[in-house]
This record gives sequence, structure tokens and C-alpha cells, in this order.
Amino acid sequence: MSSESSNKLASSGKKAEFETYVKKNMRRAYFTAFGLLGSHDAAMDLSQEAFIRAYRNFNRFDKRKNFFTWYYKILKNLCLNFIRDNKRKNEEVLLEYRTEADEENQPQQSLEREEMKSLLQKAISELEFSDREIIILKEFEEHSYNEISEMLNIPVGTVMSRLFYARKKLGQKMKRMMK
Amino acid sequence: MNERTIFLIEKYFTNEISEEEKNELNKILEENAGIKQEFEEQKRVKEVLRKMKLKNPSRELWDGYWLGIYNRIERGIAWIAISIGAIIFFGYAAIQAVNSFLNDSQLPVIVKIGVGILFFGTLLLIFSLLREKLFTSKHDKYKEVQR
Repeated sequence: MSSESSNKLASSGKKAEFETYVKKNMRRAYFTAFGLLGSHDAAMDLSQEAFIRAYRNFNRFDKRKNFFTWYYKILKNLCLNFIRDNKRKNEEVLLEYRTEADEENQPQQSLEREEMKSLLQKAISELEFSDREIIILKEFEEHSYNEISEMLNIPVGTVMSRLFYARKKLGQKMKRMMK
Repeated sequence: MNERTIFLIEKYFTNEISEEEKNELNKILEENAGIKQEFEEQKRVKEVLRKMKLKNPSRELWDGYWLGIYNRIERGIAWIAISIGAIIFFGYAAIQAVNSFLNDSQLPVIVKIGVGILFFGTLLLIFSLLREKLFTSKHDKYKEVQR
């Protein structure tokens, strides 16, 4: 086998392997970026761009480790750059209820649910990046404390206390908005 | 709030708390009204968060997601190839053009000097503008301020 054809084979093997990683992690990637940025278009663009950068550096990825943990560091840098360059916030509707409301039978309840949703969304959008990040990773993306610890390069105890205080700030903001 | 209490509360929320730890947490809550109040507040926020999820995009998005990445990787490689090709081609063409210009015995020397000065001036201008731009971006205190 010539070196050219063996290179081609290796390259297509890498691509196929990478495709598996992308398909396995694309939802998490998109939702995390969406939660951090509040924009569908930016989340789509940056989560894909992060995958492209991950592909370029795929040889450096230690396959015994969690792909998303490694990928998240690339994504986070892109998100921080995006936030730095786009100061004006233009947040889209970020949240939806996990279960549908019975609108016909309980219009009042439906109205309250909508109010609660927009209140929470506003409170989340006012959080600092680090608080918002930990809320998104734990409460919405449901990563374990250990995973978050690896993603953010901080001890598990710090993850817990950061999460606790982020939730506290969120609660305070919501309370203030309700008044 | 100390680290141990936060640890117990977080374990309580993720249902990873042991019976022993649960008793320890209950004891702390019974003995300290302030912590109990904070715990209740955390529970309320947690309950609101539990009901919500990040909004789902349209299903079609996932079908084209990998293809979008693949196309961008492919285009990136194409642009690199085009750039390298263009640099080689235009570099060679420029060298040939300069050579034939300098070796053209029919052109008066004054024209050659004039063209030389013109090129020198253009290069100097480009260099000066680039240096200024680089210096400004490095030292501009107000670059973060939106104009």
C-alpha cells in the first residue's frame, strides 16, 4: 500500500471516528452554547466551530477521557470571545417547560407558568457568566459534579459551593423581580 | 454557610445523600433557623429549575448538523489550498514581471527609477498603516467601549 493511500485511509478513519463523537455530543454542545449565549444562531455557529477546532486538534485528545469535557474547554473560550465582542445582549426565548400545561382547563395556571418562565429567563440572563455557566451545566444539562469539576478544572467541593451560591443569586434576583 | 453544610445540601438535591448524612443535615437545619431558611429558598429555586429545560430547536437542525461541520472543514482545507496556490503563482508572476521589467533595455532608466520609487512608496505606506493599526489595537484603552 502506498503511503498516500494509507494516509487517505487514516484520514477517512479519523473522520469517521470524529463523526461518531460529533453525533454523540452535538445536542449537549448546542444546548450548552445556547444556554450560555441565549442565541440560537450563535449557539449553532459556535458549537460547530468548536467541533472544527476539536477536529484540527483531535490527535491531542486522550481517548481514555471524556470527549465532551475536552471539547467544552474549546467551546467555552469561543463563547467568552463571542460575549466580549458582542456586548449588546439580544436574548431569545431560552426556556420551555418540561411538561405541557393544560391550557384549556386551567388558563390561570398557564398564565402563571408563562410569568414564571420569563422571570427565570430574565434572572438567568442577569447572572454573571460563571454563575450562569454552572447553572446551565448542572441544572439544565445535568452533568455530574465530577464532570463539571473536570470541565472547569476545579475541585468537586468548589463546584458544589459555586452552584449553591449561583442558585442563591438566582433566587434573590427572581425575588427582587417579583416585587 | 460552611463547606460541609453546602456539601450535604447538594448531595440531598441529587439524592446521593446517605442516611447518616441526612441525619446530620436535619440536625444542622433544626439547630440553625438561618440555614433552614436558606435551604428552603434553595429548594424553591431548585423546584422552579426542575420544571424547565432549554428550548428545543427544530428537529431538522440535527439532520444537517454534522454535514454543516463537514462542509466547513472541507472548505477550510480548500481555502488553505487556494491560498498556498495563489501565493506560489502570484509570487512567481511577480518575480518574472520584475525581471522582465528590469531587463527591458528599451525602457528609459528614468521610467525604471520612477516605477521603483512608486513601489517603494506603496510598500512604505502599507507598512506604516499596518504598524499603526497593530499599535492602536495593542494600546487602545477604550477598545472595549462600544462607539
